[in-house]
Amino acid sequence: MNWSEFFAMNGYGFYVWGSYGVAVLIFMIEIILVRHKRKITLQQLRMMRDAGEEE
Amino acid sequence: MSINWFKYAAPSNFYHLAGKLIPWFAVPAAILFVVGMYIGFFVAPPDAVQSEAYRIIFIHVPASILSMFIYLIMAGYAALGLIFNTRLSSMMATSLAPTGALFAFISLWTGALWGKPMWGAWWVWDARLTSELILLFLYLGFIALQASIDDPRRADRAGALLAIVGSVNVPIIYFSVKWWNTLHQGSTIKFTGTSMHIAMQQAMFITLAACWLYVVAVSLARVRSIILERERSTQWVSELSEVRS
Repeated sequence: MNWSEFFAMNGYGFYVWGSYGVAVLIFMIEIILVRHKRKITLQQLRMMRDAGEEE
Repeated sequence: MSINWFKYAAPSNFYHLAGKLIPWFAVPAAILFVVGMYIGFFVAPPDAVQSEAYRIIFIHVPASILSMFIYLIMAGYAALGLIFNTRLSSMMATSLAPTGALFAFISLWTGALWGKPMWGAWWVWDARLTSELILLFLYLGFIALQASIDDPRRADRAGALLAIVGSVNVPIIYFSVKWWNTLHQGSTIKFTGTSMHIAMQQAMFITLAACWLYVVAVSLARVRSIILERERSTQWVSELSEVRS
């Protein structure tokens, strides 16, 4: 079996890779969003602390 | 040795525990996903009827099982929060909802891409498909309802009621292929055994385990931010090294 045959999936390539491609994309986006949320949350906490210290 | 489980019901303790646990779930998740994909694409033979198209099963079935399972766990946590007034349980419910919604979406998406070549239709209003779509709407409803209420404890209670009432949909999805004549096929894996090729089974159970570990890792990571947000005015949060730096 060569690679182009493998990716063709006997004519079902669009459906098979369309499934896995979107699933992996969703996992990656979710991981990025969760990391981003942590960054933003920590930033807000530091801003709150800085605002509190000035008073 | 006795472990004091109640210790970890306190958000401050759980925050640290979750941080330590995440890699223990995330790394095996990644490894098992690669192993599962390898077996699914290189070891498992093509299907006699569906040829290569059946390989969608290795993501479709785990995503579908987990979309239902996550909902029950979410509703369970929400119910615990409602009954015992434990904040951390409610935070876990909030943390699981987006991941559950994404798995419901992956289930529907991969199902559409499987339905088109096999049934000739992206979508049919079949009992299995329709009840899974309702599951996605229940997740989105839970997220939207919680987001629309400013007071977090009130949002927890309102969300919990929706989650508990909505859990009636999960057995409907599960048994839909038995109760109604559906275009969607019945379960291949049954308690009484299965007709599946051994490598196909292995690939499916390994990707299921990988997805499950992923769900634990990502929801623990998300709940840590939720804990920080909700506990922002407490002493322990202000003393965290990641906040002080």
